[in-house]
Amino acid sequence: MSNKPAIWAEGLQKNYGKTRALAGIDLAVEEGSVLALLGPNGAGKTTAVRILTTLLKPDAGYAEVAGLDVVKHANELRSRIGLAGQYAAVDENLTGYENLVMFGRLYHLSSAIAKRRANDLLERFDLVDASRRVVKTYSGGMRRRLDLAGSLIMTPPVLFLDEPTTGLDPRGRLAMWDVISSLVADGTTVLLTTQYLEEADQLADQIVVIDLGKVIARGTANELKTQVGGERLELTVARGGDLDQASEALRPYSLGEIQVNTLERQLIVPVAQGAQLLASVVRDLDAAHIPVDDLALRRPTLDDVFLSLTGHATTTGDLSLDTPDTRPLARSTR
Amino acid sequence: MNVSNLHYTGQLKPLARPRIYWTISDALVLAKRHLLQIPRIPEELVFATIQPIMFVLLFRYVFGAAIVVKGLSYVDFLMPGIFAQTVIFGATTTGIGLANDLQKGLVDRFRSLPMAKSAVLTGRTISDMIRNTFVVIVMWSVGLLVGFRPDGPVIYWFAGAAILLLTSFAFSWISATIGLLVSTVEAAQSAGFIWLFPLTFASSAFVPTAGMPGWLRAFAEHQPVSMIVNAVRGLLTNNPDGSTILQAVAWCVGILIVFIPVAVWAYGRRTAR
Repeated sequence: MSNKPAIWAEGLQKNYGKTRALAGIDLAVEEGSVLALLGPNGAGKTTAVRILTTLLKPDAGYAEVAGLDVVKHANELRSRIGLAGQYAAVDENLTGYENLVMFGRLYHLSSAIAKRRANDLLERFDLVDASRRVVKTYSGGMRRRLDLAGSLIMTPPVLFLDEPTTGLDPRGRLAMWDVISSLVADGTTVLLTTQYLEEADQLADQIVVIDLGKVIARGTANELKTQVGGERLELTVARGGDLDQASEALRPYSLGEIQVNTLERQLIVPVAQGAQLLASVVRDLDAAHIPVDDLALRRPTLDDVFLSLTGHATTTGDLSLDTPDTRPLARSTR
Repeated sequence: MNVSNLHYTGQLKPLARPRIYWTISDALVLAKRHLLQIPRIPEELVFATIQPIMFVLLFRYVFGAAIVVKGLSYVDFLMPGIFAQTVIFGATTTGIGLANDLQKGLVDRFRSLPMAKSAVLTGRTISDMIRNTFVVIVMWSVGLLVGFRPDGPVIYWFAGAAILLLTSFAFSWISATIGLLVSTVEAAQSAGFIWLFPLTFASSAFVPTAGMPGWLRAFAEHQPVSMIVNAVRGLLTNNPDGSTILQAVAWCVGILIVFIPVAVWAYGRRTAR
């Protein structure tokens, strides 16, 4: 195999009327690696995926997937890529088995092989028991797995996953992460879009952050986190008068400046490997007789990435739920 | 869950066949998909059957008593009209189904596959024609129960059925165009139906056009639904008229010549976003 990137895009642009969806983005994904396209709703993630999967023609720019021009060789490319979308595009009035056989036939496999392949994938995605039930009765996680199975019929070397875990419960999300990881272990190149920094962190070798159709940062998860700030311990003491003393007690754990929020009786401490520290932090506070209202370990969220990179928060309401208003802007000094 | 080693051990090669083979095969795969759905959503088929049955009962027993047709029993006059109305109304499912697939993202999935593009449209129109055939058979039986006695020879029955199938197919393409031009399933539903009411009622489907005021009569006697109804009625009552049949077929073919390209254009426009 050549060492050309499996996905290569240069200056991709797309406008919908007067709305600029993509303002010229460049991407390169090495074979066998995972790239996460991170950004809020409306950032242009889906548009980029639609262009790379031949569903949409770019207004300007050039892109190549698996060595094929996405515009000129669209039809050839379609049997070498898999696409699983956030809407889990399977037919809900067919059974899981019928869906996969249909997709296999549409990939132009013979009927016998399409059937065998369907059974094979149902087994591997733990859907055998549900395979004869109509998809309408499936849980969200089962639908996503079926959708993903449908995109793997031809064992494509390049896989596009558009928000693969949006709307899944934590269990479904973990299961999906497992599946994606094992595909990557098999050598599949993956481009996934996500709104969750944690997901990008978990799965991706490289992260590209986009906002308003532009790339605003790229790098590994660690590089981005260093830019944004790592984990923080957030402590709320029961009595405002204890703040100074608590700050003193937590000094040894801090990687940088401890932020004090008097109004909220809160301390924000940049830490590393906070989970391992929690027990001793609790012991120390106890020894100093400082009653605690709340103690939490927070990882940087997409909102933090955005605040730090663009100076504005994401515009999606659902993400602000896990980011309190007293969001600290402290940076790690690592 | 064991998803490691997803690489299939057997042959995963697509079959080598000429393009025309796949154009047909892909359409049939999707048509099969739609036919599999029918028993899973029984309420849809029940509605599609009950509505024309209501029309049969309404016209046969309520209005029929007041409608006089020269040389024919009213029920023999009515049933061909009901058949035509059934397939034309039934064709609206094409647009609704397409709008639904677009909304659910299934069209995107199909477009990401190396399949024939046309199959998304032809698969629908073919399966809706088959579905319509079934409904017409049900209506035929209902007709027999309320006194319908087609006295044309069996060969005429089949000729009439062929015209109805062609009608179903032609109107499905109009419906497809509507389904692709509107943005929601609900809009496809109402936009698909609304224009069919004047077209089917201001025709010779339920009453002889002779009693209509002049301006309406001029429209009613020259529009496609009347032509289709008259052609089928002539065949089923053993009184076929070659020129009417020709005009009915010409209307259907004309609709197909115009609306297949328009639907294809609307599909391209809709999916280029």
